[in-house]
Amino acid sequence: MTARIGVVTFPGSLDDRDTQRAIRVAGAEPVALWHKDKDLKQVDAVVLCGGFSYGDYLRAGAIARFSPVMDSVIDQAKAGLPVLGICNGFQILTEAHLLPGGMLGNDHLHFICRDQKLRVENADTAWTTDYTAGQEIHIPLKNMDGRYVADRRTLDELEAEGRVAFRYMDFNPNGSLNDIAGITNAAGNVVGLMPHPEHAVEPLIGTGRTDGLPFFTSILKKLVNA
Amino acid sequence: MARVVVDVMLKPEILDPQGQAVQRALPRLGFEGISDVRQGKRFELEVDGPVDEAALARIHDLAESFLANTVIEDFTVRVEEVAEAAK
Repeated sequence: MTARIGVVTFPGSLDDRDTQRAIRVAGAEPVALWHKDKDLKQVDAVVLCGGFSYGDYLRAGAIARFSPVMDSVIDQAKAGLPVLGICNGFQILTEAHLLPGGMLGNDHLHFICRDQKLRVENADTAWTTDYTAGQEIHIPLKNMDGRYVADRRTLDELEAEGRVAFRYMDFNPNGSLNDIAGITNAAGNVVGLMPHPEHAVEPLIGTGRTDGLPFFTSILKKLVNA
Repeated sequence: MARVVVDVMLKPEILDPQGQAVQRALPRLGFEGISDVRQGKRFELEVDGPVDEAALARIHDLAESFLANTVIEDFTVRVEEVAEAAK
């Protein structure tokens, strides 16, 4: 028995297959979920992957947030279902108010694609226990709307509660406040980040390292040991 | 038929690099004396039937939950008079 991890495909999703592959590489079973289905097929966790859901019209992630599958994801995330949002998935999680703050266009107004150095700030979430706090990792980053913003009170709260999960190192690629690359909710089951761990799970591709794999092994261990 | 206009702007404290890019282009075009530009979105909703208080309240809810993300944006809702000749 292994864990079953759902990957939602929206029209415009790009990284659903890579995410499914990363889940398989980690030893779990990927389950394809469709944006029009409310049914989450009794998965143990859900990943919202990267891309441009519904063309990112209106705002990145804004229309996806109201899709049928998200009704179920929102309800179950509030009840404790582990949910990881990568890139567009992170944007969807902020639009759904499962994570605080919002995402805007990169401050330099260009699409960016690079290997990005990050520091793991919180190794206690459902998706990060196979890292150690303070660990430095390299993960590909590719986005147009990667600028994390929140009001001062929210930022102070995130910092005070240790809810900044990942921070950009050496170079802030998009103007995100406090160099924030990823955050977690208070319970630690919902995590969102802009960089793409699913592209760094095998040495052959991505950064040539497997620094993204611990996302998927962390959740697998949590679910199998549960 | 009536038109309701929803204007959505980034909150004043949030950096607007698009507006800044527009503002920086102005001197090159010979426009002087404009110290700041902020860029927003305008939605024009063509409403069937009368735009009464109930209809406006529904559009306000729509703007608050969907057209704007109130974490990062402010919005206004107003009725626009459509000239007879333009119909």
